[in-house]
Amino acid sequence: MTDPRKARVATVSLAGCFGCHMAILDMDERLIGLMEKVEFDRSPLTDIKTFTRRCDIGIIEGGCCNEENVHTLIEFRKNCDVLIALGQCAIMGGLPAMRNAIMHAAEPLRECLEEAYISGPYLRNMTRLIPNDPVLPLVLDRVYPCSEVVDIDYQIPGCAPSGDIIYSTLATLLDGRFTGFDREDIRFD
Amino acid sequence: MIETAGVGAAQDLEIAEICARFGNDRHRMLDILLDVQEARRWISPASMDAIAAAVGLTRIAVEGVASFYSFLSLAPKGRVTIRLCDDIVDRFAGLDAVVAAFAEELGIAPGETSADGAFSLEYTPCIGMCDQVPAAMINEVVAVRLTKARAREIAQRLKAGIAPGEAVLPGFAELGVQERVRAQVENNIRQAGEVLLGPVMQDRGLQAAMAMEPGAIIDAVEASGLRGCGGAGFTTGRKWRFAAGTQADRRIVICNADEGEPGTFKDRVMLTERADLVFEGMTIAARAVGALEGIVYLRGEYRYLLDHLHAVLEERRARGVLGQGFDIRIQLGAGAYVCGEEGALISSCEGLPGEPKTRPPFPVTRGYLGFPTVVNNVETFAHVARLLDQGPGWFHAMGTERSHGTKLFSVSGDCERPGVYELPYGQKVRDLLALAGAEHAAAVQVGGPSGTMIGRDSFDRCLSFDDLATGGAIIVFSSQRNILEIVDYYMSFFVHESCGYCTPCRVGNVFLKKAIEKFRKGQASDEDITYLKELSGTIIETSRCGLGMTSPNPVLSSLENFPLVYAALTRPSKDGVKATFDIQSAIDGARGIAKRRSYIFDKDFSK
Repeated sequence: MTDPRKARVATVSLAGCFGCHMAILDMDERLIGLMEKVEFDRSPLTDIKTFTRRCDIGIIEGGCCNEENVHTLIEFRKNCDVLIALGQCAIMGGLPAMRNAIMHAAEPLRECLEEAYISGPYLRNMTRLIPNDPVLPLVLDRVYPCSEVVDIDYQIPGCAPSGDIIYSTLATLLDGRFTGFDREDIRFD
Repeated sequence: MIETAGVGAAQDLEIAEICARFGNDRHRMLDILLDVQEARRWISPASMDAIAAAVGLTRIAVEGVASFYSFLSLAPKGRVTIRLCDDIVDRFAGLDAVVAAFAEELGIAPGETSADGAFSLEYTPCIGMCDQVPAAMINEVVAVRLTKARAREIAQRLKAGIAPGEAVLPGFAELGVQERVRAQVENNIRQAGEVLLGPVMQDRGLQAAMAMEPGAIIDAVEASGLRGCGGAGFTTGRKWRFAAGTQADRRIVICNADEGEPGTFKDRVMLTERADLVFEGMTIAARAVGALEGIVYLRGEYRYLLDHLHAVLEERRARGVLGQGFDIRIQLGAGAYVCGEEGALISSCEGLPGEPKTRPPFPVTRGYLGFPTVVNNVETFAHVARLLDQGPGWFHAMGTERSHGTKLFSVSGDCERPGVYELPYGQKVRDLLALAGAEHAAAVQVGGPSGTMIGRDSFDRCLSFDDLATGGAIIVFSSQRNILEIVDYYMSFFVHESCGYCTPCRVGNVFLKKAIEKFRKGQASDEDITYLKELSGTIIETSRCGLGMTSPNPVLSSLENFPLVYAALTRPSKDGVKATFDIQSAIDGARGIAKRRSYIFDKDFSK
């Protein structure tokens, strides 16, 4: 009997800070054992930018703040059997979702962009313009957690999640015996 | 409004005088602030400084109280403040048109004060007039059954400088104290029962009690099976026994007349028609537990009853049945629903913000100012007076096995005969609906927002502590009403009334309301149903007072009894993508700002 094929994993950072991807590296030497069971497909870690094959697991860092995030997330949903939201930004919107608090203005998005690029007191923006290069994706009206855009199968909490919780989740998922998180693994330090 | 130094000094004298009237007692803070509010139409920073100096508190302690109650204002209010009752029943009865009429005549929108300082217009939750909607308070005067035309007429009179009483009821000034009460508000007693609203002999219960030992009074009350009528249904006799059994120098009897549960107005009728009986019951309770002080906590919305109640108290003193040892004062509330909770009510009587207290200790051992305190509902005290007159056996024989005697029901909403019904416990909902002319009801909210919403399949359930417990509110909804609009309204009520002490209640109720809004907008998935249930469970489990423990009930009971309403509004995901996420509306604002279309989601580009 041949060895079972390695599980294919894809990862992406949407409206996140790459901290959760750094946290993946916090698995330290356990990564070596894990790499015997998985291979990375589309991911910043491999620099593969489009799906080459269907993947078993998709790991999403960050929520959706612009249309490209939405597009990418839907691509992941289409191409991955299991989708994991990694970290608070993916789960709740996180820090970028602070702009959702601007909700009582007539045009909250315009107010947000104007403060960020034009009227904020600590700005140095010589153009006095809101960036609008055609290559920039359109910004969403607010930041959405991943679960409001697509079905998410698992959510790994933390900011960033610890290497331990990421490892134990992936290891037990790959063995088909994931039953939930250990209480002590759920923390935000 | 800027206070100049000269005016400020003159005002201080007035405030010093108000504080002195209450003995510069910090425990009378609410009374002081209410009087300052009435004199000045707001509680200014300078006023707070003056009050703090007079009663020996810090300014922030005064502000803590002043900012807690919605009838106290930290910004100048108009000389005439019109508070429109924003209950769901008022909304369904045409509140919008009434608001529009007031707003147009006075030139201000709800929440605003006119530039000349003459008028303020605002919304307030249920003012206890659900049987005669839409209703409003104009200063302390109550105006009921408002229509667009009537609102215009009142507003025009007010603009002409006519006092609120005259503006609502021409000839008001000539009326006596009791006549004014009855002229403003209808009683709508639809069914008088044997105990409370039928013929009642004055002071007979008290005479019987005076001939009994205090312990024997408690025995009689316990034997009657009487349970508290405010909603929780604690056995009255046991409550008294605890208070009497606690060693203390002082004991206090408090009557809870903070009838704030939307849809409840039975206490209003009791205080209008049977005030004597209520005070009699309090006097009996005082004898039973050994109290010399009594307080009636009257909700601010019932300010119009105050003179009438004072007159009844005065008359009782003159008759010698009050004031010889035991006496009663009336503590006016200031528009806070949570003060109906006994701990919060006691806090409020103590001159503090109306926040509930941690239990235990329970008020019966450590209540008002730390002394054993009996808090009972208006209706409960009236029952006490009657059962001592007629005997506990008489009372015990009525009702069901675990709910004895009669109960007052406040019926409102979509029915032909809204009003108060006194019925023995154990009636079927269906029978009460038939009496009220509401056979075609589609949903009934039993016990107000914190109670249970039931549908037609539950109309054979019984109104008693064994089945459907209620403080008395029965709100009827016809098949034309939107269940989720009702639930949404009730959640906005709890969001408004949460005192904010417990985060799960302060924040959780906002999230519950948002989730309900999601259903109403058709943006919910079936996961949201799970979310509603889990969040409700958390709020109930982690709130310290009854408000948070019951605030998710509109959601939970409508989910339980009207599941198809929710199911009909959920949309399943399609190919793993949420049907409820609308990318077009999400990028529409950015399209306008960037003045270009989407390269990804606009068809011209993607195809």
